[in-house]
Amino acid sequence: MSIAPSRSDPMVPRRFRIVEKIHETADTYTFTLVPVDGETACRFAPGQFNMLYLFGYGEVPISISGDPAAPERLVHTVRAMGSVTHAFATLEAGDMVGVRGPFGSAWPLAAAEGGDVLIVAGGLGLAPLRSAIYRLLAERDRYRRIAILHGARSPETILFAEELRQWRRNLDIACEVTVDYAGTDWHGRVGVITQLVALAGFDPQRVTTFVCGPEIMMRFSVEALKKQGVADERIHVSMERSMKCALGHCGHCQFGPAFLCKDGPVLSYDRIRNLVGIAEL
Amino acid sequence: MSTDLALQIGEHALLARAEFGKLIDALRGQGYAVIGPTLQGGAIVYSEISGESELPVGWTDEQEAGTYRLKRREDEALFGYVAGAQSWRPFLFQPRRTLWRAKGSAADFAIDPDVRETPRFAFLGMRACELKAVSIQDRVFMDGIHPDADYSARRDAAFFIAVNCARAGATCFCVSMDAGPRAEAGYDLALTEIIGEGRHDFLLEVGSPRGAVIASLLSLRAAGDGDAAEAEAIVERTAQSMGRVLQTEGLKSLLQENLEHPQWDDVAERCLSCGNCTFACPTCFCHTDEDVTDLDGQAAERHQRWDSCFSLDFSYIRGGSVRPGIASRYRQWMTHKLANWIDQFGESGCVGCGRCITWCPAGIDITAEAAAIRASIEKD
Ligand SMILES: Cc1cc2nc3c(=O)[nH]c(=O)nc-3n(C[C@H](O)[C@H](O)[C@H](O)COP(=O)(O)OP(=O)(O)OC[C@H]3O[C@@H](n4cnc5c(N)ncnc54)[C@H](O)[C@@H]3O)c2cc1C
Ligand code: SF4
Ligand code: SF4
Ligand code: FES
Repeated sequence: MSIAPSRSDPMVPRRFRIVEKIHETADTYTFTLVPVDGETACRFAPGQFNMLYLFGYGEVPISISGDPAAPERLVHTVRAMGSVTHAFATLEAGDMVGVRGPFGSAWPLAAAEGGDVLIVAGGLGLAPLRSAIYRLLAERDRYRRIAILHGARSPETILFAEELRQWRRNLDIACEVTVDYAGTDWHGRVGVITQLVALAGFDPQRVTTFVCGPEIMMRFSVEALKKQGVADERIHVSMERSMKCALGHCGHCQFGPAFLCKDGPVLSYDRIRNLVGIAEL
Repeated sequence: MSTDLALQIGEHALLARAEFGKLIDALRGQGYAVIGPTLQGGAIVYSEISGESELPVGWTDEQEAGTYRLKRREDEALFGYVAGAQSWRPFLFQPRRTLWRAKGSAADFAIDPDVRETPRFAFLGMRACELKAVSIQDRVFMDGIHPDADYSARRDAAFFIAVNCARAGATCFCVSMDAGPRAEAGYDLALTEIIGEGRHDFLLEVGSPRGAVIASLLSLRAAGDGDAAEAEAIVERTAQSMGRVLQTEGLKSLLQENLEHPQWDDVAERCLSCGNCTFACPTCFCHTDEDVTDLDGQAAERHQRWDSCFSLDFSYIRGGSVRPGIASRYRQWMTHKLANWIDQFGESGCVGCGRCITWCPAGIDITAEAAAIRASIEKD
């Protein structure tokens, strides 16, 4: 499913103001934005992204990490990685950003109804999945078992740590967190996220899985899921490539025949299984 | 003798060489900027003309893998060459343009879209493959939920005069791509140049209501059955003399199933990743956006410019390029053009114009590369 932006010229950003900035981890911030024009911020479906423009620096694709039930504001979680995202990290409440979107495909939540849902999030991959989790929790009775798995490099880099704690206390869902390495003060799990897949307890015939994280993490997670007997079409991944226009015009985001900005970023694994693992595609 | 012929769509008549200049005058009189073939820097270049004297009268081109040169013809043909160095693409899909301007600071800024008047072009001398290439770019920029306003406006305003090919070049393979040498659709007027035994005429066919209006301003005379048959024979001879062949049957799956074929490494040893092939190609649509800021940082602009999948930056995401190797960049280009394009837009992205072969400094030939992969698979 894809929701078209309302602007007439899709290349011209709409102006938003930052109303809140949350320091999540050392290099990651969550921004809440409201539109300057006073209209609805942005109806979106979990999994979609916006092109965020920072005055004088440029534009980057960033997933929407907020609650789809609250379209009056827009929530994005940004990690400082390069020139634009570093400059983003210096913005404060009151500053302005440009927004184009929302763009792209969404996590197929409706198709998952009636079955189990397994969420596998590596690192910042939890950001686009948080929107889906909000929806799942709001409509809890439509699904059977819900499990959230999150892997981070270290305890300090765990994203949305407070919310993860809440989800762990929620007896209606399963939530597990693991880190690659930790000091002695960490009492949680240490190890790769793929080890959790076998423990998550879902029905492979009835589960829909959403996987997002670094490409290598997604590859190993898919392997682990397949080992559990999950069919390719029940596995959905969010892919990342360079994106400039987000309209299917500039060609940058191609991954095989797919334009990831409009056919993706969320793709069902059976569509891309022949492409995954081919070097430099 | 001239008559007042009122031509309907699909009908034809003869335009004498001596009357040809009036076609350009009529187009200009209707407010079109006429773009036609000219001689520039040793090549046929499409650019604005004001009269017939600027056409490459009596010139032809010789094209081969990696070479292009002009030669005199023995006659005074106006369209005696094959295809211009650059296609019509830059006129509809601008190589560089400003999308919008912003003023202010990170705390507060305003954005103004760049609004310009749309030029009204008349393209004189479009080859069948070039006409097909425009229809391919139409799908990219005009179909779908986000049509490109600038392209669409230029495209809708433009007037197309096709000229059927009376000769095929050594790098041509439009017949393989079902894209020529006869212009079948999409033109306002189509011409076939007939030269011989004391005559020099154009068989003119009307393809649209706009075309009929321009035709009504010309001095035409009725064409006989013999004229139409002669025009047909000219195009048929061209079709029989294609310089190259690309076997398209099963090509999409052949390429999509051989992404790790050793031929990609073979071509990578020859390819300079200069991107000439992509800039010369009439269907390539890739572009990038750049942000520029003035010195005091209070004014910013977003620019759009043509990009090439052969550049390292093209696939850059934080951390590096997804396609650092030339093999993977050539593979991206060729599999997109000949295979993935079919999944994306329902047809191939190649019209067989031969430009990528002619303008490749290394003489790399897309038809030969595809044939090499096919031969190795069929051998196994
Ligand atoms: C669908 C999607 C969703 C995403 N969601 C999120 C998210 O929720 N949160 C998040 O933090 N990140 C997200 N990302 C990743 C994010 O878009 C990148 O981290 C960001 O684009 C990096 O931009 P930068 O300018 O900071 O980095 P840089 O590495 O400086 O540059 C990125 C861009 O600038 C250009 N560029 C800069 N330097 C060079 C160079 N040397 N050579 C060539 N080109 C260069 C390139 O065109 C490149 O695309 C997402 C990406 C995609 C595709
Ligand atoms: S790929 Fe080569 S032959 Fe085909 S349309 Fe492009 S330039 Fe012409
Ligand atoms: S194929 Fe030829 S024209 Fe194209 S990038 Fe390589 S060397 Fe340049
Ligand atoms: S980002 Fe431009 S085509 Fe997808």
